Amino acid sequence: MQKAPAFLIFADLHHSGESMSENLLELKNISKRFGGLVALDNVSLVVKPGEIHCLAGENGCGKSTIIKTIAGVYTPTEGEILIDGKPVTGFTPARSVQQGIQVIYQDFSLFGNLTVAENLALNTLLLEGKKSVSWKRIRDLATKALARLGVTMDLDADVESLPTSGKQIVAIARAMMGDARLIIMDEPTTALTRPEVDALFRIVRDIQAQGIAVLFVSHKMREMLEISERLTVLRNGKKVAEGPISDFNEAAITRAMTGHDLTDQTYEWTPVKGDEQPRLNVKQLSIPGMLENIDLTLRAGEIVGLSGLIGSGRTELALALFGMNPKYTGSVTIDGKAVHPKTVQDAIASGLAYVPEDRLTEGLFLTQSIERNMLATSFENFVSGMFIDRKKADAATKAMFGAMQIAAPGPQTPVNHLSGGNQQRVVLARWLLTGARVLILNGPTVGVDVGSKAQIHRKIRELATENGLAVLMISDDVPELVQNCNRVIVMHRGRFVDEVAADALNEDALNDRLKALK
Amino acid sequence: MTIFRRSEFIIAAILLVAMIFIGLINPAFWSLDNMFGLLRSNVIIGIMALGVLVVMISGGIDVSFTAFAVAAMYLTVKGMLYFGYEGVLVPFIAATLIGLVLGAFNAFFIHTFRMIPLIVTLGTGSVVRGLLLGLVGTSIINIDKMPPELINFAKVNLVNSTSATGTNFGLTAMILIYLGLALVTHLFLRYTMIGRSIFAYGGAPEAAKRVGFDTRKTLFFVYCFAGALAGFAGLLQGSMIWQANPRDFAGFELDVIAAVVLGGASIFGGRGSVAGTLLGVFMLVMVKNSLIIMKVDTTWQRVVVGLIIVGATALTAWRDRKKLV
Repeated sequence: MQKAPAFLIFADLHHSGESMSENLLELKNISKRFGGLVALDNVSLVVKPGEIHCLAGENGCGKSTIIKTIAGVYTPTEGEILIDGKPVTGFTPARSVQQGIQVIYQDFSLFGNLTVAENLALNTLLLEGKKSVSWKRIRDLATKALARLGVTMDLDADVESLPTSGKQIVAIARAMMGDARLIIMDEPTTALTRPEVDALFRIVRDIQAQGIAVLFVSHKMREMLEISERLTVLRNGKKVAEGPISDFNEAAITRAMTGHDLTDQTYEWTPVKGDEQPRLNVKQLSIPGMLENIDLTLRAGEIVGLSGLIGSGRTELALALFGMNPKYTGSVTIDGKAVHPKTVQDAIASGLAYVPEDRLTEGLFLTQSIERNMLATSFENFVSGMFIDRKKADAATKAMFGAMQIAAPGPQTPVNHLSGGNQQRVVLARWLLTGARVLILNGPTVGVDVGSKAQIHRKIRELATENGLAVLMISDDVPELVQNCNRVIVMHRGRFVDEVAADALNEDALNDRLKALK
Repeated sequence: MTIFRRSEFIIAAILLVAMIFIGLINPAFWSLDNMFGLLRSNVIIGIMALGVLVVMISGGIDVSFTAFAVAAMYLTVKGMLYFGYEGVLVPFIAATLIGLVLGAFNAFFIHTFRMIPLIVTLGTGSVVRGLLLGLVGTSIINIDKMPPELINFAKVNLVNSTSATGTNFGLTAMILIYLGLALVTHLFLRYTMIGRSIFAYGGAPEAAKRVGFDTRKTLFFVYCFAGALAGFAGLLQGSMIWQANPRDFAGFELDVIAAVVLGGASIFGGRGSVAGTLLGVFMLVMVKNSLIIMKVDTTWQRVVVGLIIVGATALTAWRDRKKLV
């Protein structure tokens, strides 16, 4: 037992001996414990000057602990931090910045109420210990910072008026001021559309061309493969893989991140014979200035993707169907029955369920029991007279608890004791209890890591095949649509402009059509 | 900045419309006499509003400043009488300092215990009022006892005129002090790092800490500034009305806050301007003044002030929320 690590350490020393001056940052056998909880367990990480390095792992794997250790916020319980080959002691946030390390957190730490120019210049003015403010100098500093990134932007715009991508550019430009040598980006692509991701990657490569290293923290495999040169994968606080990106492919990264293989089987739908009645039939639905003559037919067991650029009218369509924007013309039938939901309650009663973005993870009452969470939208169905029919409700939730295969001691377990994937099952169960026959999902896996994502997908497919639900899946995630939908509709400027049928459905085909929209 | 300019423009436009409207109902509104009176009524509420503006930009709220104003006024006047002091400058400095020190208590509690500013200032305000009445005294110091230097100082007019009915009136020189303080506040908010730190803290406190602002300094500055202005305004009020009443300013904090909100400052922090506040103060004073001219009962004036707070807050909240989308 003792020999193997000794050998490893030796190998490590040997390696770093050769490239001592090459390493900008080296974490050596870092462990971090919070009380009894081990957040990092003997993790080593090397970042070379000017490289794009990816730190991968699922939520809770220790990524943020590593970032905070490098930023000097956390002091490691064990292990050593070396910068330029020299060990640093008493590492603090200020010293980390002095060494040229800049962290761009997910929330960007910008001031929404201040202008772009001021956001960019504040750090520098603070570092210089200025007492007074010269607005001309603020503009000069800001212009210079943006020029360095090769972008132009309205310096007088309030940052909160910018789209996420704009805020990110401000955050990056700010991080590069001073003498940044390593910029750490925490999940930088989470809220970006594909063209914005492309723009970000161009910027990241520009930064690299200026000799600045980038540590890219992510759980999105494609992006890692696309942008990074080297990869380090964490799982449960341990380093499980590292190496040049050429050593990895999607499957290998997934395996390293989750510890097992995930299926990439696409969804196949076979129409049920004798059940020709469409679940949902939308005819000529229009809202002036928003939606134009939408025709949509969903049949039992279908999972239909809805793709398009942001602002294409996808969400508006979902809201119209779900009674949140009832001022439309045209007709909607569910199982052959004409409906025109004017409120969310109407929509639920007529068999619709809509799960808005993030709601899969955030729509739960975390401290409440599984049972209560399941019943949250369907209490009306279990009322007799003035009171809730406990027996009926218990029976329904118990049955659902079993059907959903939720891994918990029982329906009374609080939802915050469950894993992410199991929490999602609770949300889906909640909608099934409303008797929904048409399920509209908006960005069902935004911000969800690979493992849970696969679980959610599996459940959605089961709902379609086994419960005969018709599913409309709105998503920006092309692989997600390709993998889970039997056909994908492309929406643009409030209209359905294209449809990719099952036999032609692949990522390139869908990407090409999305690109053609611009 | 365009949004700032825009909301001030809107406030100014509303103010102008309201003035024309009131002028139509009551032609006397536009008389020089009434205008001078209006401006005079702006001074005390305006000086206090500058302090509240700074607190609100920092994302906080202060309801204790009227208590500090009373304490500063009453203690200073009592002190002047006790020592038989006959100057003006030293008493005003003393009153300002009393307000400043009391403001520091607010900052201390808010910073050290991370307490909600509303609760802290409700508490400190109550304590200060109680201590003043319990330990210092409850009797009103009237004109017969008021130091004449203070009264004479506040009597200085910029212009004097005689109305058609033969009464003398003038524009008080105190308006210059108010406008001077407003200018200083504006320059300070815009051109000093600590001024910018107040905006930064009000916009995103966590981020302000991360970029390296000394947020403790910011908080102390904000509440001391509000306290100091209140202390100064307190003594000035006593000088202008020739009376030091230890129960003065009851409920007045709501008027001041209403004026600041009316001036476009955001209750969420991070937004507000001196120009807007000047307009907001003028608007509030004008509305109250018109209610008096129209012989509306004072109890109903409370209703109007309350409605203004709710209405203006709803508007700014709506404005700020809309921008997020």
